[in-house]
Amino acid sequence: MISTIMSASIPLMIFFIASISFKEKKKTFENFLEGAKSGIYILLEIFPTLIGLFVAINMLRVSGVLNFIVKLFMPIFALIGIPAEILPMAILRPISGSSTVAVATELMKQYGVDTYIGLIISTIMGSTETTIYTVSVYTRGKNYKNIWKVITVALLGDLLGIILSVKLCQIML
Amino acid sequence: MLNIIWPIFIIISIIYACFSGTLPKINDSIFDTIESTMSLVITLAGTMCFWSGIMNILEKTDFFIKLKNGISKVIKLIFKSVEKDSKESEYISLNIISNILGLGNAATPMGIKAMDCMDEKNKKKNFMTKDMMMFILINTASIQIIPTTVIAIRASLGSKNPSGMIFQIWVVSIIVFISVISFGKIFFKREDS
Repeated sequence: MISTIMSASIPLMIFFIASISFKEKKKTFENFLEGAKSGIYILLEIFPTLIGLFVAINMLRVSGVLNFIVKLFMPIFALIGIPAEILPMAILRPISGSSTVAVATELMKQYGVDTYIGLIISTIMGSTETTIYTVSVYTRGKNYKNIWKVITVALLGDLLGIILSVKLCQIML
Repeated sequence: MLNIIWPIFIIISIIYACFSGTLPKINDSIFDTIESTMSLVITLAGTMCFWSGIMNILEKTDFFIKLKNGISKVIKLIFKSVEKDSKESEYISLNIISNILGLGNAATPMGIKAMDCMDEKNKKKNFMTKDMMMFILINTASIQIIPTTVIAIRASLGSKNPSGMIFQIWVVSIIVFISVISFGKIFFKREDS
C-alpha cells in the first residue's frame, strides 16, 4: 500500500502541476526552462562547498578520528540509555548524509532490519536531518557570526530526536 | 564557521592519521571523494534542474497564489518580518511544501532562493536575521509524510515491513520540530536588535 503511494506520489504531483498550469493557459514550458536554468546556477554555487566539505569529512572518517570520537561519547550515551550499537550512526547523522546511509545499511545488515536496533536506526534516519550539511548549503559557506547559534539549536534537536527514537522504540516493542 | 571547522577537520585528521598509520588511506580517500562528489553533483544537477523547473511552473499558476495565501498565515507565525506578498514568502512556501512532500531535491533550491531574498533585506551582513536562522532550523528538522530513503533501504535489506516505523518517525519528527522552533524562538530572541 505505502509503496504504491510512494511510487505514485511524484508522478501524480508533476501531473497535477502540469495540468493546472495548462488549464490556466500559462507558458508552461517556458516557465519550466526558466526554473531549470536557475537550478543549474544554484548547483554551481553550492558545488565548491560540497566538494570541500566532503573531502574533509571523509578524511575525518578514514583517519579514524570519528571512531575515536564515538568511543569518547560512549559513556555519555550509555548514561541516557542509548544502545552503543547505534553510536556510529548517531554521530555521523548530522555531518554526512551519504555516510549515514552507508553506516545505517551496514548496521541493519549486522543486527537485522526488523529488530530493536534496526527499528531505532530506521526511526533516527527518518526523523533527523544532516544538520551541518544543511546549514552549510543554506548559508553557502558565508561567514555569518551567529551561525553557531543555529547549529547549537539544530544539534540539540538532533539529540532530542535520537533519544526520542530510542525511547519510542522501547515502548513500541 | 566553516573557516574554523574545515581546517580543524583536516588538521586533526592528518595528525591522527600520522600516529595511527592511516595516512595512505587518507591519500586514497581524497581522490575517491572528489570522484564520488563529482558523480553526486552530476545526479544533483539533473534533479535540481528538473525540480526547479517544475516548481517554477507551480509558482506561476493562479492556484499557487491561493495556496500561498493559506500557508502565509502559518509562515507569518514563525517568520515575523516576512511580508505576505514578498518573494521570500513565496520561496519559503515552496520550500515547506516540498519538504513535507518529501521532495528534498526541490526543497533545497527553493530554500537557497528564500535565504538570498532574506539576506538582501538584511541590514547587518555579517549576521543572519532571526528569520533566516529560524528558516534554517525548520529545514534541519524537516517533517516528511513519507520517509522514502529509509523505506527504500529497509526494502532492499528484505524487511518484512519496510514502512513499519513510519508512525514512530512521525511522532519523533513532530515533537522535534515543535521543540526546535520553540528553542529557536527563545534562543534567537535578541538576534535582530
